[in-house]
Amino acid sequence: MLSIRLWATRHARLLELTYQAVEPVIIKLHPLWKSVGYERAEKPIAKLEQLCKGLVFDCQMCGQCILSSTGMSCSMNCPKNIRNGPCGGVLQNGNCEVIPEQRCVWVEAWEGSQQMRADDAIQVVQLPLDHRLKGTSSWLRVARQTAQRHAAQRESKP
Amino acid sequence: MTLHVDIEDGNAGAGSESEPESGLPGHSSRGRLEQVLKNGHFAITAELAPPDSANPQDVYARARLFEGHVDAMNATDGSGANCHMSSVAMCALLARQGHEVVMQISCRDRNRIAIQGDILGGAALGINNMLCLTGDGVQVGDHPQAKPVFDLDSLSLLEIVAGLRDKHAFASGRKLTDPPRIFLGAAENPFAPPFDFRPHRLAKKIAAGAQFIQTQYCFDLPRFTAFMQRSQDLGLLEKCFILPGVGPLASARTANWMRQHVPGVHIPDHIITRLEGAKDQKAEGRNICIEMIQQLREIEGVSGVHIMAHRQETSVVGIIQQSGVLRDRMPWTPSCETPRTKAPA
Ligand code: SF4
Repeated sequence: MLSIRLWATRHARLLELTYQAVEPVIIKLHPLWKSVGYERAEKPIAKLEQLCKGLVFDCQMCGQCILSSTGMSCSMNCPKNIRNGPCGGVLQNGNCEVIPEQRCVWVEAWEGSQQMRADDAIQVVQLPLDHRLKGTSSWLRVARQTAQRHAAQRESKP
Repeated sequence: MTLHVDIEDGNAGAGSESEPESGLPGHSSRGRLEQVLKNGHFAITAELAPPDSANPQDVYARARLFEGHVDAMNATDGSGANCHMSSVAMCALLARQGHEVVMQISCRDRNRIAIQGDILGGAALGINNMLCLTGDGVQVGDHPQAKPVFDLDSLSLLEIVAGLRDKHAFASGRKLTDPPRIFLGAAENPFAPPFDFRPHRLAKKIAAGAQFIQTQYCFDLPRFTAFMQRSQDLGLLEKCFILPGVGPLASARTANWMRQHVPGVHIPDHIITRLEGAKDQKAEGRNICIEMIQQLREIEGVSGVHIMAHRQETSVVGIIQQSGVLRDRMPWTPSCETPRTKAPA
């Protein structure tokens, strides 16, 4: 899967666009998710998400996807699980200190981020991971949260 | 212990339990390292290797080597993923004696529950400075079979410590009755790729709460200068004190070994060539270190140096004296109540 993962950061701009196109669709499908029930949708959607993102990004299904802030390089592939940038041990050739035959996830992330339109998203400090969410669908979570936000906004309007 | 008054700065020393609760206005800790830096002095910190022993005398003996010549001593937290006495215990022993210490916290071995507990405990035991690190991978140490924890990374750890101190709350949001008063540090490595990202990562660390930075060994001045220049352009140098790391190389062989085996250490060829060409390689290693300290002092935005002299701890005082960077200043020491006069170099 490594070669596809590297391809992903090299085409970060394209993938960013794809994501920007797909995300509103998933959010728009909120009524569908709601009628099926988010809990029931969870399993099949998580499977689907794992399939797509697993193939392209070597996604580890942390459940709190930040690919758009990591140059489309899944930071959960960093052996130290760092979500905030490269450690101090990156080898001079740009490879990982723990797995020296592999490129550092964050060297890839930086290169990917430089191609993206939102190239400063990598500057956002990421909070610690919620380990309970491992294996769950980030897509559904975003859909539900966005719908809730919109509902709250509608309510607060007179 | 009596309350010591630092004549030069007119500030109270730390460590006594009877000490007034409040620190200096605008200071986040009651520590001397923060005072020295904020007073604009060139600060010196040094790394203290923890012993492989349960004897406190071993800790005191190591601290005595640096006493009176450094502004703070860093107790490492299983550095190189090797097992030693814990950083919090070592710092507590030394803080009790009135030493200024920097407690290093690595994310490799403990999760957020254990780490936050240690931060409160450490602060209660008189530790004023803490340094947040992600930590080395277990594969480089003496227990490669261990489970790497990495529940947090250095950035999320910084945020959590800053939250304990400033928001008086755990990461969970639960309130503290008394916050830890800590001067908060982080590490950076301007000498590891991706080089363009490093100043931005520094910005991230400052945003997360870092007030001072100690860097990996600096042997490559041009690369460090480029890093500082970029950080200056990003407006970071006013927000944070930078202490580049330095250290004496024992020989060309050690230098070669280090650059091959210690991740993140970058030693340019010209340094190795210079060592190889020297009659006394060890002395030459010290000379390189002294020159490096002197050159770093001239760089704008450098507030001090952090000396890491692994297995060469006895040469640290000589290096500091010969570099002359302290000028006439004598760092405070618990063993003398009045500042000493400068010892001959
Ligand atoms: S070198 Fe890169 S991938 Fe490897 S542990 Fe460090 S940050 Fe993670």
